[in-house]
Amino acid sequence: MPYTVSRPKLTFSEKAYFPAIFAGLGITLRHFINILSGKKKVTMQYPEEKWDQNLPAHYRGAPTLVRDEHGRERCVACQLCEFICPPRAITIHPGEIPIEDRWRKVEKFPQEFQIDMIRCIYCGLCEEVCPEQAIFLRKDYAITGLTRQEMVHDKKKLYELGGVMTGLVHKWNDKK
Amino acid sequence: MSPLLFWIFVAIMLFFGGMVVLNRNPVASALSLVLSFLALAALYVSLDAYFLGVIQVLVYAGAVMVLFLFIIMLLDLRAESRRRVNFPAVCGGFVVILLFIAVLSDVSLRFQGGNAKFQAIAQGPQGDVWHVGMVLFQQYNIPLQVVGTLILVASIGVVILSKRELK
Amino acid sequence: MTQVLLFALISLIKTLGLIFLIILPMVSYTVYAERRVSAMIQDRLGPNRVGIPLTLFGLQKDIPFFGLVQPVADAVKLLLKEDFTPNHVNKFYYWLAPACAMAPSMMALAVIPFGSQLWGEPMVVANVNIGVLWVFAVSSLGVYGIVLAGWSSNSKYPFLGGIRSTSQMISYELSLALSVIPIFMICGTLNLSEIVRYQTVHGWLISPIWIKGISLFPLSINGQEIIHSFHILKIILWIPLFISFIVFTISMFAETNRLPFDLPEAETELVGGYHTEYSSMKFALFFLGEYAAMIVGSAVIVTLFFGAWHVPFLPTAIDDPYTFWGVILGLIHIAAFFVKVALLLLLFIWVRWTLPRFRYDQLMRLGWYFFIEIALVNVFIVAVILPFMRE
Repeated sequence: MPYTVSRPKLTFSEKAYFPAIFAGLGITLRHFINILSGKKKVTMQYPEEKWDQNLPAHYRGAPTLVRDEHGRERCVACQLCEFICPPRAITIHPGEIPIEDRWRKVEKFPQEFQIDMIRCIYCGLCEEVCPEQAIFLRKDYAITGLTRQEMVHDKKKLYELGGVMTGLVHKWNDKK
Repeated sequence: MSPLLFWIFVAIMLFFGGMVVLNRNPVASALSLVLSFLALAALYVSLDAYFLGVIQVLVYAGAVMVLFLFIIMLLDLRAESRRRVNFPAVCGGFVVILLFIAVLSDVSLRFQGGNAKFQAIAQGPQGDVWHVGMVLFQQYNIPLQVVGTLILVASIGVVILSKRELK
Repeated sequence: MTQVLLFALISLIKTLGLIFLIILPMVSYTVYAERRVSAMIQDRLGPNRVGIPLTLFGLQKDIPFFGLVQPVADAVKLLLKEDFTPNHVNKFYYWLAPACAMAPSMMALAVIPFGSQLWGEPMVVANVNIGVLWVFAVSSLGVYGIVLAGWSSNSKYPFLGGIRSTSQMISYELSLALSVIPIFMICGTLNLSEIVRYQTVHGWLISPIWIKGISLFPLSINGQEIIHSFHILKIILWIPLFISFIVFTISMFAETNRLPFDLPEAETELVGGYHTEYSSMKFALFFLGEYAAMIVGSAVIVTLFFGAWHVPFLPTAIDDPYTFWGVILGLIHIAAFFVKVALLLLLFIWVRWTLPRFRYDQLMRLGWYFFIEIALVNVFIVAVILPFMRE
């Protein structure tokens, strides 16, 4: 049903513009002075001041590979992360673990594991899909490089960033 | 002002005056007219008539020609520049120009007052603005008021005509 | 002949000094101020890092210097950007337009008295009797740059911007010129230097306190009568002067295409307005031309209402301008002028980041329905008061 919206009746001071203009100028001046005098501080001066301590637990930074407490690599080169990765940033070349090796049971290991950090969108799907909890998104966010090659993280770099993650992992579980 | 500058400004004025007619593009014509006006203003200034020169720039170059340009820009310029040259019309135009020059030179050769030297405008503290004001408001006060009223009537008339359908 | 050459040389030095030593740096620092002030109004910090790049010379840390070197970085960036000319433009006018936008504001500076004297030389490039009319005439030519840019770009948004700017500038030129007529009636001259001299004697036109004519009783210092004869009419005269200041300033906002009247380049409606198709230094000329126009506008306001270079309680002239103190006084006067201009520029920036944009019909209504009428009535009021003031 159509109905008419009644126009608000403006008082004289509202029609004259000027009181509202001066009120507005007052507000902006207050903000200006508060920031200028340092009474109010909103901006963080980035390279000098960082927010790293306050990053939430669920923060999604750079994807990394982790070792367990015995220094063994968890990745079994199943390539699930390679397939799920939306921007196809991950490249894995799987290799076979030799027969005389102590960890022969697992059979596969990543010969080369590369994540192209120019492509990575930090979505965390690789972490979610990994059956062995081998890939984790850590809190590193300042990934920079001067060449494209530098921005491709290889296995060494990924383990360096990832470090050690403890806890139960299925593939070492003999009962399975 | 040295005669050299005078001839330079005259050359600019006449050149761009010609360009107003010769240009196929109306915007180029209008801008040529602006430059012609500016050179004319420079000539006024060279005669110590600063006020006239500045008014020339302010009114003609700054306001009237901007309005012209405003209207020209809204036209379809391609249709204008595609139009063929009408040869008989051009010839007729040249004949008219020649006749005009003949008449003008004839009149100015016979006109004795043209040789008389005019007095330079006294550059007092007030300058030529003061002289213009004095002449305008003392000698020609009534005509000025009449012209003012006429312009007022004209502008009111325009408003009435353009708003007629509102009644 | 040598006199003519000397005059030309001195004028050239004054022009180049004014433009390259004062106005152009001022333009770039106005851009910097705009960025810093707008940032602080919005609770940000703005560009505060560009300083002396010591790291380029192998040192560990730069000196940030409050980001004061930012304009240099901006200039380098604008000069090095690709200067792209689109295919569909009208080349000749496309190249002509940026120059037409920048030059008028520089030319308008010629008649502004930006200082009292320096080594006995009056600090104004051209001391002509038409003064402020020259400013209006030249700044009215500034619209051609915008119109040509809009038309030659051969694209919709610049064209709309050009059309808007034309009608806006023509409309506001009227109220701009009408609003200052009371000043010429009071001072009796169009010459800006004379208007400034009047203000040094009688007090700034904007202030309600007139040095001559406010006190109830004569006041004298060192036997010199400073304040004499109470004159109520002079206080009454302050009211129309204040109105003309308001109208003139707001019209100046419209004339320089500043917010709240920046419809020719309204980003939300017209992408970039008349300079949408421009890049690199050609864009920069439009951008800097707008700021130069702002500086000229502020300089005119300062000259007409704020006593130009006059500093209260300081002598306006010294017996021997060639002495050390004479030169110092001249420099102080120049500095005072540009400090006043800078304060007005801050007002321009402050208003820009406070008020929202007008609608186009509101803009035209304000110009044609209110400002012209107010200015006309103002002229009439002053004309009625003035005959009673002449002793």
